[in-house]
Amino acid sequence: MSNLEQLFEIEPYSLNKEEKEKMLSEELGRLTEFHYNNCPEYKKILDRLGYDVTKTHTTGELPFIPVRLFKFYDLMSCPKDDIVKTMTSSGTSGQAVSKIYLSAQNTKNQSKTLTEIITSFIGKQRLPLLLLDTEMVKKDRSMFSARGAGIIGFSMFGRDTVYALDSDMNLDFEKVAAFLEKHKDEPILMFGYTYMIWQFVVKELKKRGVNFNIKNGILFHIGGWKKLKDEAVDVFTYNKTINDVMGSVKVYNYYGMAEQLGSVFVQCEHGHMHCSNYSDIITRHPYDFTPCKFGEKGIIQLLSVLPESYPGHSLLTEDEGVVLGEDDCPCGRKGKYFEIKGRIKNAEIRGCSDTYERR
Amino acid sequence: MTTLEKYTQVFTDTFGITDEEAKNLKFQDIKAWDSVGHMGLISAIEEAFDIMMETDDIIDLSSFEKGKEILAKYDVEIK
Repeated sequence: MSNLEQLFEIEPYSLNKEEKEKMLSEELGRLTEFHYNNCPEYKKILDRLGYDVTKTHTTGELPFIPVRLFKFYDLMSCPKDDIVKTMTSSGTSGQAVSKIYLSAQNTKNQSKTLTEIITSFIGKQRLPLLLLDTEMVKKDRSMFSARGAGIIGFSMFGRDTVYALDSDMNLDFEKVAAFLEKHKDEPILMFGYTYMIWQFVVKELKKRGVNFNIKNGILFHIGGWKKLKDEAVDVFTYNKTINDVMGSVKVYNYYGMAEQLGSVFVQCEHGHMHCSNYSDIITRHPYDFTPCKFGEKGIIQLLSVLPESYPGHSLLTEDEGVVLGEDDCPCGRKGKYFEIKGRIKNAEIRGCSDTYERR
Repeated sequence: MTTLEKYTQVFTDTFGITDEEAKNLKFQDIKAWDSVGHMGLISAIEEAFDIMMETDDIIDLSSFEKGKEILAKYDVEIK
């Protein structure tokens, strides 16, 4: 059984530090060697760094590439014919678009991993699903972005799915009320994008003085906090306001990027973002890329065991964050937990051969 | 109408294809059966046979043939 198949057999937050390092260094080392042998551009980078893929390395020693390389190069580690889906994401800077090439097996592993992680929070039962977005995101398939993919990916956990917003992003009160009435005795699952929920649902409910009055709800949301920060809304205000206008709702923020779909990070009841068995985080000092200690702010490097058809298993993001601890969050989940501090200021990381010398 | 006819019709209606085309169809073979089309297919199957599949089975239902095996788990025999 492969490492990944073994991971599918166990609870997603069960490996402690030693067990996880053993599994990750082995699996990510295998992926590094695999991508080195199958992606010519990746090989060039590693050769330039003088990295020896045949040697065993700790997770901290693994090479990492800046996430924006996916905007400028078509990076893949399998024959073009095996690519069944190309994910795109505009990221922060807007102009250039990241292109992530996915094989059928990679797509399936992403779905399975997302399922393992999400169902550990909501249970195996599929719940009535209210999508706090517009159906347009899936109708226009040429616009199939990370946003649309997120919605479709999450739809697997629901049934009797209803979209709360119309094509002009107006809240469809009648439709939502009918949905909530029909499922009033069941737990309700909701999904949407952090800022859009705030802008088009929460504000609208507040303005109209209406309450969803949900008795037992679970909301998963994803997306950036930048615009909310501008409005001075933090995670506690956000969660409280959701409960003020929607009823009794457990709110889970999660974090992930198009370049590593599937192995997402979910914020627990104590406000901590958690790595699962499938992923890990290392924060690095901005000037020499040495690892930060717990509590120190640094640039976030994300590791994922999923990327097989493209070399995305170890990426330097353009986000800053702080690792708060490992294996000892009061929620009981094992693994590192962290806080995101936002985008790097004036993010401009060049190709790593320009700025990074392996020491 | 046999269950096989009903099952085939779900595919032909959802993806706008012929019975012949449906028989050997696999996920991503045609444009219509992408991840968006997949969720449409799942709800159409669930409605046709009045079942609710588990998330794992939704992921595993990657071909016309595989779907028959999966439906058997829900006491729907396709014949």
